[in-house]
Amino acid sequence: MAAKRKTPVKTRNPDLIRGVGKYSRSKMYHKRGLWAIKAKNGGVFPRHDPMPKAPAADDKPPKFYPAEDVKKPLLNKRKPKPTKLRASITPGTVLILLAGRFMGKRVVFLKQLTSGLLLVTGPFKINGVPLRRVNQSYVIATSTKVDISGVNVEKFDDKYFAKEVQKKKKKSEGEFFEAEKEDKKKLPEGKKEDQKAVDATLIKSIEGVPELKAYLAARFSLKSGMKPHELAF
Amino acid sequence: MPFKRYVEIGRVALVNYGKDHGKLVVIVDVVDQNRALVDAPDMVRSQMNFKRLTLTDIKIDINKVPKKKTLIDAMEKADVKNKWENSSWGRKLIVQKRRASLDDFGRFKLMLAKIKKAGIVRQELAKLKKETSA
Repeated sequence: MAAKRKTPVKTRNPDLIRGVGKYSRSKMYHKRGLWAIKAKNGGVFPRHDPMPKAPAADDKPPKFYPAEDVKKPLLNKRKPKPTKLRASITPGTVLILLAGRFMGKRVVFLKQLTSGLLLVTGPFKINGVPLRRVNQSYVIATSTKVDISGVNVEKFDDKYFAKEVQKKKKKSEGEFFEAEKEDKKKLPEGKKEDQKAVDATLIKSIEGVPELKAYLAARFSLKSGMKPHELAF
Repeated sequence: MPFKRYVEIGRVALVNYGKDHGKLVVIVDVVDQNRALVDAPDMVRSQMNFKRLTLTDIKIDINKVPKKKTLIDAMEKADVKNKWENSSWGRKLIVQKRRASLDDFGRFKLMLAKIKKAGIVRQELAKLKKETSA
């Protein structure tokens, strides 16, 4: 295909009605500048020789013929787009988690990962929520924003949160029942350090706002008389 | 008990239903037993059923169906806006609106303030109780 332009040119031949253009063939010849192309090429329309074909590989007879016709599946060129982030969620927004172990907790949003999940932190010292991934659908975005300029979240991505691969061990009968008492997974020290690094600057900017620390430490719950569809978050 | 607020030309009323809910309007004419012609500085003059209106204490001095400019001048002269915002009814509505528009952080701060206030009141009460019992 010829190289596409950055902005497609609107047609030089507008439709009077569907099927009928404004300009005739000869007028369009002039508008498209075919006379200039011909003039540049000495009165003849330029002709390019066909590109040399790549040498064809030897066509060997196939090794296997299926008994019945095998249907070819249709080609799928779909590329999934990253999840669209709600306009109300920007870095530094306080979110309310709606499900899971930390449901009701108010948490600071850091960034959206490539998988579409939101990277979020308590901060850990304030409400016990560590650096964690959370789905946008299980979150209410409040209009409260925290200053997040001093925090560096470049190194966190989905691979950081991948589960550790366990080597399978052969178990004998007697050891089977002891298997439950295997070592509880300890958090690697590196992750604890990362948490502290992220939280240090965050906590400082949080303490700058009065009552924000207590706000993040408290859980959200619906009380009597609160109607979610009438509440402003 | 006799009525105190009458439907009359110049009576200021609060719209309590419909598109113009919460607006202050002036009755400029009466159409029939059920409807009034109603006008406000920021809306097109239109008819409204009395059931959609709640009469207030405020009345302004106008003739039947005044021009918009005359209406606005009469409202300025009678100082309807300030009278309304300083009345207890008007103040209650303003507080209601502000409470409804609070965001989650605002509600949290409000809760803390209420607890603090209740604590102070209780302390004072305890002091007074001690004085009277002592």
